Amino acid sequence: MIARLFKFKGGVKPASHKDESAAAPIRVAPLPSHLIIPLRQSARAMARCLVQPGQTVLKGEMIAAAEGPLCTAVHAPTSGTVRAIAPQPVPHPSGLPAPSVILDPDGQDRWIERQPFDYRSVPAQETRTYLRDCGVVGLGGAGFPSHVKLGPGEKGIETLILNGAECEPWITCDDRLMRERADGILAGASIMRHIAGARRILVGIEDNKPQAIESMRAAVQRLGEADIEVVAVPTRYPAGGEKQLIRVLTGIEIPYGKLGTHFGVQCFNVGSAHAIYRAVAHGEPLVSRVLTLSGNMTHPGNFEVLIGTPIRELLPLAAPRADTDRYLMGGPMMGVALLSLDTPVIKGTNCILAGSPTLFPPPPPEMPCIRCGECAKVCPAELQPFELYWFSRARIFGKAQDYSLFDCIECGCCSYVCPSRIPLVDYFRFAKGEIWAREKEKAAADIARERYELRLAREEREKEEKAAKLAAKTEAGRQKAAAALAEAAKPAATPEEDAKKALIAAALERARAQKEQVHPENVSDLTPEQQAEVAAIEGRRAEIREMAKPHLRQDD
Amino acid sequence: MNNSPYSLKPASVQSVMLRVLCALLPGIAAYVWFFGAAILVQIALTSVTALAAEAAMLALRGKPMRQFLTDGSALVTAWLIALTFPSIAPWWLTMLGTLLAIIVAKHLYGGLGQNPFNPAMVAFALMIVAYPQLMSQWPAVGAADFAAQLNAIFGPRQLDAITMATPLDALRTVLRDPEQRAAIAGLLGSHATFGNIGGKGWEWVAVGYLAGGLWLIQQRIITWHMPVAFLATLFAVAGLFTLIDATQFAPPLFHLLTGGAMLGAFFIVTDPVSGATTPKGKLIFAAGVALLTWIIRSFGAYPDGIAFAVLLMNIAAPLIDMYTQPPVFGHKRKEGEPR
Repeated sequence: MIARLFKFKGGVKPASHKDESAAAPIRVAPLPSHLIIPLRQSARAMARCLVQPGQTVLKGEMIAAAEGPLCTAVHAPTSGTVRAIAPQPVPHPSGLPAPSVILDPDGQDRWIERQPFDYRSVPAQETRTYLRDCGVVGLGGAGFPSHVKLGPGEKGIETLILNGAECEPWITCDDRLMRERADGILAGASIMRHIAGARRILVGIEDNKPQAIESMRAAVQRLGEADIEVVAVPTRYPAGGEKQLIRVLTGIEIPYGKLGTHFGVQCFNVGSAHAIYRAVAHGEPLVSRVLTLSGNMTHPGNFEVLIGTPIRELLPLAAPRADTDRYLMGGPMMGVALLSLDTPVIKGTNCILAGSPTLFPPPPPEMPCIRCGECAKVCPAELQPFELYWFSRARIFGKAQDYSLFDCIECGCCSYVCPSRIPLVDYFRFAKGEIWAREKEKAAADIARERYELRLAREEREKEEKAAKLAAKTEAGRQKAAAALAEAAKPAATPEEDAKKALIAAALERARAQKEQVHPENVSDLTPEQQAEVAAIEGRRAEIREMAKPHLRQDD
Repeated sequence: MNNSPYSLKPASVQSVMLRVLCALLPGIAAYVWFFGAAILVQIALTSVTALAAEAAMLALRGKPMRQFLTDGSALVTAWLIALTFPSIAPWWLTMLGTLLAIIVAKHLYGGLGQNPFNPAMVAFALMIVAYPQLMSQWPAVGAADFAAQLNAIFGPRQLDAITMATPLDALRTVLRDPEQRAAIAGLLGSHATFGNIGGKGWEWVAVGYLAGGLWLIQQRIITWHMPVAFLATLFAVAGLFTLIDATQFAPPLFHLLTGGAMLGAFFIVTDPVSGATTPKGKLIFAAGVALLTWIIRSFGAYPDGIAFAVLLMNIAAPLIDMYTQPPVFGHKRKEGEPR
């Protein structure tokens, strides 16, 4: 039993809108007409493509292999034929296309041969590699590779936290998952505990999901393992933020730039735990996930969707209303507006939210900041957003960093409450972007300067070496000349004259030495015949030179 | 297309300002009850003047008129001027003060959110320096002869019947007269000007402000820091000096319930634009105002010192903020150590 809950400062309580989509059980979405599977699923690194256009693949077949420490494999979400490998738009704020495999399903949905993975009889490292090759990443949104998070880190993991808080309004996919597949989630957690060597498991669920809490508690009873506790945490956005949930459950505050493992704690989304369970116990790589379709829709609900399903093909399942003017991926607090409906569902897609002018009215015009401090009261990172706003707006980025700009988690609480309707988070994103751009520029400039300095140093060194050689040579010549002078034995000569003569002699000696050194390589060691030929050629050239002389003069 | 967050709490500068105005109503009601309806005339006068000046400045500065004129900030300044000036001051005096507050103290410094000094306090300070006589003629308690009050405002002025020294002024007179010097506490209730605790009538106006101020805290418009620090400091320093010499210094509750103390604690010191903003900074700021107020009241040339105290602390506010930045999540104590 954990003794007590801790509190995180700040936070807001927006209308939850959970009821719309939480009532109905998870339904399996029908096979789409085609799938677009980005090769960059783990948000950090691009996988190496293993398939060719025209190739047929089975469901769960690896189509791209992990490369590098932060990369995870990518699998075919269903059986079918690879149509193409081409850049496709992906749901990312940049709207930039990313290399993707386009797959035409054959309608059979035939699996590869699936084998449970015996994680108990192999070292943890091997299970982590297996998870990497099953493409398991965090399903909470950030898409960080799970095998990396399960690594030993500095201190090892003492406490494993399952994040079922789901604090964003509208989203209920984790809620449904916990209600319907609690055993799988806990089995996954148990596997993770084994891999990470963690002592206890804490499951944090916001207290607005009593059924999920009950379901998970019942599953804990059934599992019968020690040190697993389901904890109801107060409903307050962003209680599901990783740092906030860790704080609430353990009292540990993880500062910017530090990871959970530094403090012996690691946090996983409940969906990720379920994915790990499917991978290990059933040999199924991560090819589908549960997501919420909600917002301005007539039939909101939760759906099990294949990764790569074009969002356009999902929408009819929940029937958006006619006045829908935009779609968000994620919730209303931190979601990203979709620039195109042809973008696919990726592993981090937990919700597609239909928006309308009534649901998300355009904000009224921005007013000046009156320093009321409401933003500071609700900031879970305990920043002073209005100060950061002044600095960001005035482009005083150094000051913004002094005021811990990068500790901002962009949860949106400040913008949510601001009476002046200032889009504070936008200012912070802008400032962070500018700082990153400048640092990159500075890094590039540093490299260029370093290279230039290295070149200067090298040139200097070469010059010195040349000078040293020359000096050595001169010294040798001088000694020779001095010896010659001594032989001549001219006592009348003044030391000055001696020196001069010595110099002249040295110069002559040098010139001679140089002449000796420079001898044509190709004309040495010639046979008499060759010498005769050379002489003949020289003769002819002399004749030609003579003949050419008058003409040359005319030309002058 | 705007970015996340997409759902916003219904909040606006206008709603903040309107709630501040609402919170002033109990105090105003008590004011009218004890001192007549002149204050309402002054409030109308300053409101119209402030809105006109605001509109003119917005037009000059090319700012969106509708958006800024309706934000309510000019009205808050106007009402505070009306409530800090004597309610029977001549019309041109309050009007001049209001014009200075809106045009100079607010817009010449950059308008809403940019003014380093509290505009209402700038108006008060300038006027009391320029017209000390007119700024010291306060309505007598109970003398609610509205016609005479109107005459005082719009002329011809016949003040004797309707004015009275304020409690702070009366106290000053008493303290300067060695014969009357007794324990000041004994004066309360026995003197025409003094009520049970503070000034007669004024103590109830102060209670009205207190009620409105508590409601503002409940509404999350202001935090408890400033009023508590202000009132506690004033109480503590006054209490300390009463203990030292009860014949020289007024008792603490007297200080809290006279002059502009309650209005200052909840409505003037708490101006977020010109004050400190961090929790610790708010405590320091408000305590500073209270200390300076007590010093000016006890030793200065002016009967009440809140305006000067606020302006002095306004200058220090940015520095106070800079040195009182609260620690950020995760950077508080030894890393990861539970609280």
